[in-house]
Amino acid sequence: MSVHHIRNRRTAGTAAVLGTALALSACAGGTDAPVGEPETPSEPVDLRMTVWTADETQLDLFQSIADAYVAENPELVSSVKFETIPFEDYTTALTTQLAGGNAPDLAWIFESNAPEFVSSGALVDLRPVLEGTEGYAFEDLVPSALTLWEDGDGLYAYPFSNSPFAMFVNTDQIEAAGQPNPVDLVADGGWTFDAARDIAAATAEKSGKQGLVVRDFDYQSWENLATVWSGWKAAPWSADGTQCTFTDPAMVDAMTWFHDAVFTDAAMPAPGTTADFFAGDAAMTITQISRASALDDSFHWDIVPLPEGPAGKQNVVGQAGVGVFAAGEHPDVAADFLAYFTNAENAEQLAAYFPPPRQSLLNGDSLAAANPKLTAEQLEAVVVQGVEDAVTKPAHKNFAKLSETVRAELDALWVEDADVEAVLTDTCAAITPLLED
Amino acid sequence: MATASAAVRRDWLVGYTMVAPVVLGSLAFVVLPLGMVVWYSLHEWNVLANTFTFVGAENYQRMASDPGLGDALLATVWFSIGLVVVNIALALLLAVLLNQKLPGTTTFRTFFFSPVVVSLVAWTIVWSFLLQADGGINGFLSVLGAEGPNWLRHPTTAMIAVIIVQVFKNVGLNMILFLAALQGVPEELQEAARLDGAGAWRRFRSITLPLISPTILLVSIITIVGSLEVFAQIDVLTGGGPGNSTTVLVYYLYQQAFRFNEFGYASALAVLLFLIVLVLTLLQWQSRKRWVFHEV
Repeated sequence: MSVHHIRNRRTAGTAAVLGTALALSACAGGTDAPVGEPETPSEPVDLRMTVWTADETQLDLFQSIADAYVAENPELVSSVKFETIPFEDYTTALTTQLAGGNAPDLAWIFESNAPEFVSSGALVDLRPVLEGTEGYAFEDLVPSALTLWEDGDGLYAYPFSNSPFAMFVNTDQIEAAGQPNPVDLVADGGWTFDAARDIAAATAEKSGKQGLVVRDFDYQSWENLATVWSGWKAAPWSADGTQCTFTDPAMVDAMTWFHDAVFTDAAMPAPGTTADFFAGDAAMTITQISRASALDDSFHWDIVPLPEGPAGKQNVVGQAGVGVFAAGEHPDVAADFLAYFTNAENAEQLAAYFPPPRQSLLNGDSLAAANPKLTAEQLEAVVVQGVEDAVTKPAHKNFAKLSETVRAELDALWVEDADVEAVLTDTCAAITPLLED
Repeated sequence: MATASAAVRRDWLVGYTMVAPVVLGSLAFVVLPLGMVVWYSLHEWNVLANTFTFVGAENYQRMASDPGLGDALLATVWFSIGLVVVNIALALLLAVLLNQKLPGTTTFRTFFFSPVVVSLVAWTIVWSFLLQADGGINGFLSVLGAEGPNWLRHPTTAMIAVIIVQVFKNVGLNMILFLAALQGVPEELQEAARLDGAGAWRRFRSITLPLISPTILLVSIITIVGSLEVFAQIDVLTGGGPGNSTTVLVYYLYQQAFRFNEFGYASALAVLLFLIVLVLTLLQWQSRKRWVFHEV
């Protein structure tokens, strides 16, 4: 609910400027300056990095790392500023800044937009700087984590966060409904999507609250359903992004399962119903482990990996990258700062919130040291094993249009008597031209 | 003579100094952006790749083959018709009712006007909760024994919901305009008609309506132009859905520009919107001679 609120408030500003924003934007004048060892500027520069977190403790951590960098390099930088743009309109606000000729030096980038940003030429290649920075240990980075952010030999963003999706469970509600504890089912090998659905439906019936919530989906952000359909080994489009696969049998089965879980079993909140697991409104939720910080002691909870689907268990991670804009004023200094911000030592600090793509840090003990809410066993099971062979949420060069078009088509699915196969056929018809674009 | 011309020059200076802020402001924030939108509409502008290429009329040609634009225009027509008809009819009805000399009318006038001064987004967010499947409106309906629809999830009810939310937000302003006009209708004309045996409806039709017709024109123009600019309500309540059922032209323009980074095409859509508003306003202005009393 609160997320929705924030989005709504943001749109007020957007609406107000809509009429003139287009006109007032000026053509940005970017440079193709080569990035390498930064030349000492005539006077120290100010760097700006856009982020979508508004969490004070996270921002404080970033600032302390940045301040240390400024102290070590007073001739290069005089300050590093972190600018929060709300999550819901992040990419929109970022591209509007680019359109206005006001590019930040560094920016967080959503995985869904990765191909679009990586292939656009808007970001500078970071590989030479990261590889060339002494003590960076580039070879420690997990190669599979970098794939999404590479184009040819170039690496256009650093995936600072590799947060696996997992299932948070309200054990109080489940116990009260006399349902089996998912932790035990994981041990017995019985932790499947069907089991999760049955537990959710029974618990919701008993508690009068909601069962299983796929967090941030809200019948809008459909890409979050990847955490479900991956259990069927389904995907919205082919790996090369040219073919629609919504009509593949695996996807039809997965979406039929989801539709029935909502409308037949009442295991999930129906459209127009909001439920926040962390406020105690639901029995279970699928979300990233970084959300553990939202838990207080108002109820007992546990965390388990994603359930197995008919096609077995498929890990899903949510990635976020940080890149340096070519159109920024000081790309070379910004890249040098990024190499410092994400070096082995600082990555360990950042691991408190963002599981790093570093092999040496991906173990239960290292992560537990940074995550007081979770035990080493929980982290081992969910994070360390969760990033193995993990898939990311759907991404595409044309994601903005695909996202909106699929959302509009899938609206027809979120009614009780929907014809799943027909809706998915329509979806493919609508997005095929966009995939071929 | 010299003093006279100095005085003229001073008048001239004072006059232009007085109007300078508004003239400069209009030039900088209205005329210049309008011109730039037209200029942008002739380009393909990719913000990410930082390219700005002249494409001539391509963005305008694209409109002809864009099915999304057809849907958006249709949604805009439905929204505008619904809003204008319901808003003006309700505003006039409320104004007539609250123009009676009865106790409590001031309270009711305040009640109906108050949404006008409420923040639009705050107003819409409250309605988004009321309109949920398990929200206040369906809760109220269930008390009456009726089962309400999931308002924002069905194309027809979503459009109705957006119209109703917008009507209640702004009907108070139109009501006040109508009230002011009604109070300007001379009592002696009503009196004379009454003596001639005219009933209430006849007096309203033959005396009141013609005399308030300039206000009806004004209210129609404001409401129609306002209906074409609806954005925040759509974004907060439906996000243009379900499907594309509530994606009106301004929302479509916003998507093209700020979601899809099609700034050139969005600029062309902005020019289209400008022309639609211009033509509608001119048509109303031209037709005023036929039905606005003071213009006869």
